[in-house]
Amino acid sequence: MTDETQSAPEYTPTPAEAAEEAAALRTAAHRSRRSFIGLGLAGAAGVFGWGWLISRPQEQGIPRPLRQVLEFNDNLTSAYYRNTRLAPEFARSRARKIRTNGDVGLGGEFDPMAWRLRVQGFAPAGTAPRAQEFTFAQLRALPRTEMTTEFKCVEGWSTIVTWAGVRLSDFLAKYPLATRSGRAFDPNHPPADAAPFVSLTTPDQEYYVGLEIESALHPQTLLCYEMNGEPLSLEHGAPLRLVTPLKYGIKQIKRIGTIAFVEKRPADYWAARGYDWHAGH
Amino acid sequence: MKKIVEKHSLAIRWFHWVNFPVLSLMIWSGLWIYWANDVYRLGWGDTTLLKFFPDSFNKALSLDHKLGQGMSWHFVLMWAFFLNGLLYVLYTAFSGEWRYLLPNRHSFREAIQVTLYDLGISKQHPTIRKFNGAQQIAYTSVIVMGLGSLLTGLAIYKPTQFGWLTQLLGGYEFAHILHFALTIGYVLFFLVHIAQVVRAGWNNFRAMVAGFEVEEVNPRTHEIVAGPTALPAADASFAPTAPQA
Repeated sequence: MTDETQSAPEYTPTPAEAAEEAAALRTAAHRSRRSFIGLGLAGAAGVFGWGWLISRPQEQGIPRPLRQVLEFNDNLTSAYYRNTRLAPEFARSRARKIRTNGDVGLGGEFDPMAWRLRVQGFAPAGTAPRAQEFTFAQLRALPRTEMTTEFKCVEGWSTIVTWAGVRLSDFLAKYPLATRSGRAFDPNHPPADAAPFVSLTTPDQEYYVGLEIESALHPQTLLCYEMNGEPLSLEHGAPLRLVTPLKYGIKQIKRIGTIAFVEKRPADYWAARGYDWHAGH
Repeated sequence: MKKIVEKHSLAIRWFHWVNFPVLSLMIWSGLWIYWANDVYRLGWGDTTLLKFFPDSFNKALSLDHKLGQGMSWHFVLMWAFFLNGLLYVLYTAFSGEWRYLLPNRHSFREAIQVTLYDLGISKQHPTIRKFNGAQQIAYTSVIVMGLGSLLTGLAIYKPTQFGWLTQLLGGYEFAHILHFALTIGYVLFFLVHIAQVVRAGWNNFRAMVAGFEVEEVNPRTHEIVAGPTALPAADASFAPTAPQA
């Protein structure tokens, strides 16, 4: 208390005032007790609720209610998403060497010369998917796109890199495998018969990612074969990897073996391990 | 004669006590996320004064290898942090309680007086009011910091869809630094806050739980003789002898 307290009453309280004061102190004690019990109960309810939350059945590595909120966040983001919003691009001189992170799916014997890209087209319901194989030369023959964008790792670091390759949307313009009808389309307005999802896997199927078609058709989503002016190295995913500034690095699969256009949301390596399925920007 | 004087409304007390665990868990899950790329430090060149965070800190609190969990908690609890903060701001705006909380042209001078007094440098006791200038600045700053955390958070959560915001905040990496620095700011706020609450004593602490303080009131003049008053921090009330409301 302050100095003023000691110098306080300069008067003698009347009996009525003394009674009023006693009543006020009783009320104070009563309200105080009630409030502290209330806070204690609220705290206990919070701890109990927390216990309940973390004891819910797990769904892909995290309690179900958490997964549901992450799905809600994704729906909100998808509603806001526009293909016309581009990630910032930088001057080529700002590009840096990027660290090597993650080698799942890059093990075992691998001969880049014998490599083929296998693409499974979106099939009409009830029919077997059309699969088509592409050589590296066929992909190189498609329009080349170069961009200097910021690569963002889910761990928190980021590096500006110059990438080059073919836009997935340009690939689909030439080889219209994303629609049931087999017709090409404007990537900004996918028709109703376009596959809603894309699944990408390494040749050994150890690493796999899923994308929603909108992100796959974004003008900055590349099937990439060059990094910082050089052919892609094996540890960075040669001969072909996915690059998109719309997603964390965990989605930018190295050494693509198969691309499949599918109806159902495909499995995703890191989403199965507790991460957000969209991992999107 | 002792009387009950109302201090904090029920809404304010709820906002306060909801925010405390929510912000704590936001910081905790943030530490799980930060562990995966713990690169910040205070220092220059090869000299590091303080690494965020020493391995012993991570070990002691078992913060390691929880990036995925940390992200899911962070992106769930952000809603609680945002909604509670938004309701608080709307409540103070519409109830008029912002008058007690927003700093005015006297707050900075008063804040210096309060700081000098609290550090024992000055003997002159500042005018006692519901919130003094230092409190007004602190409680308003922490709300601005909350807004800063939301914006820098959004800038690093969706740096392509909200690319304009990310650019406005100095780019992806700088927005990260701001987001981290704000968190350190909350921890510093918390330390000072706790020290001041301990200093101020039981009457003040109880008010944040039960809503009222017990004050010494002169029954003849109805003037509060001692202790913080509920007078607004308007310019007029800054006068050494506060006028009666």
